[in-house]
Amino acid sequence: MNLARFFAAIVRRELQIAFKRWGDLVSPLMFFVMVASLFPLALSPQHEMLRNLGPAVLWIAALLATLLSLNALFRADIEDGSMEQLVLSPYPLALALFGKTVAHWLLNGLPLVVLAPALAVTYYLPGEGVRALSLTLLIGTPTLSLLGAVGAALTAGVRQSGGLLALLVLPLMLPVLMFGARATDLAASGEQISGPVYLLSALFLLALSLLPLASAAAIRISLD
Amino acid sequence: MWNWFHKLASPPHFYRLAGIFSPWLLWSSLILIAIGTYGGLVLAPADYQQGEGFRIIYVHVPSSYLSTMIYALMAITSGIGLIWRIKLAHAVAASAAPIGASFTVVSLLTGMLWGKPMWGTYWEWDPRLTSELILLFIYFGYMSLRASFEDIGKADRAGGLLAVVGVVNLPIIHYSVIWWSSLHQGPSIKKLDAPSISGDMLWPLLLLIAASTLFFGAILLYRARAEVLDREHNSRWVQDLLGERPGAG
Repeated sequence: MNLARFFAAIVRRELQIAFKRWGDLVSPLMFFVMVASLFPLALSPQHEMLRNLGPAVLWIAALLATLLSLNALFRADIEDGSMEQLVLSPYPLALALFGKTVAHWLLNGLPLVVLAPALAVTYYLPGEGVRALSLTLLIGTPTLSLLGAVGAALTAGVRQSGGLLALLVLPLMLPVLMFGARATDLAASGEQISGPVYLLSALFLLALSLLPLASAAAIRISLD
Repeated sequence: MWNWFHKLASPPHFYRLAGIFSPWLLWSSLILIAIGTYGGLVLAPADYQQGEGFRIIYVHVPSSYLSTMIYALMAITSGIGLIWRIKLAHAVAASAAPIGASFTVVSLLTGMLWGKPMWGTYWEWDPRLTSELILLFIYFGYMSLRASFEDIGKADRAGGLLAVVGVVNLPIIHYSVIWWSSLHQGPSIKKLDAPSISGDMLWPLLLLIAASTLFFGAILLYRARAEVLDREHNSRWVQDLLGERPGAG
């Protein structure tokens, strides 16, 4: 089995397991929608204010929804021993974990990207802003998944790791949040967004090249 | 060179050496802090724009400098510990973290106190204040990750990895915050940096930076000694040192 097939097998396995448990799949999405709909209720539904707050609120909701889904990323694999098999297997552990992270993004990040425009409309964002939100989420959420995978791997051996995971990864996720929300905001007021989008892409490429290795190192620490 | 390095990495040797150095560091730092404080608070003239308020610089700048310097030290010692599997390096990183967090808190508090007379508000989302706050969160993350492991070897390696990942991220976060604030429209905050600083204001500052670094060194050695004793409490040399026989306690 070559590396590409190994990678595909990992992703397929994760997707198959996930589709057997719909509840786990849907709850971060519901969380995203509910957080986003709490703000107009807690503030007041003025078009002007919602349009100003929209980019930040939707990005923060996406960030929190990602965080919520990260907790279980490696837990089941560690509990049933399949993670140990992956560590012992001749294939690179970083590639296996990267496959799991890709599956995590397909199941949690991609639905957020798809769902976000609908919510953006309820915040009265103009077309430009909606497009910018989709674009920045498309580049930003994979970075969040990659960062979150390191945090999940570090806390995999810890009981009640939810709060700890948030404390570890939120500061690291801040640049993504800042540029994503800022780009959406700029686009909504009709300005150029290429600067923050390039920075988001740079962060994504950096995360893509380094973080799977860090996750693999973290899993090795958590397992022994 | 390597011989010396390996010798230093042995806990009993480090314990003895740190015991010799720490009082010297502590006393010299205290004397220098006294001189620097006198120079800064009494001898230096009041600033023509900021009046007496500028004197908070003598606490703020050394602690801000140390807050990042200590994180760098933590990341370097963690890296050494991870690569060469030297437990002592991890012990030093673990003892440095709370000191670094304390200096970060001091830096934030003095920054806020300084902001009130100068900016008219305690908190301003200024890039430097913001990245200092994020640095504090990262220190807290490191310390709570360590605290969540019962096995100290695991805590060492997990914390070490986090420190190394964090040190790659710190410059990214710092420059992100700067670019983020430059993307903001609206009035920009008037920066506090004077174009030049006169000599009799400068020397106490430099002296206090050096003195605080020595002070950090002393506290670090005291903490690291305690950490080493705690980690090695089952070993022969600690029991000999404390005059306990195995099985007696």
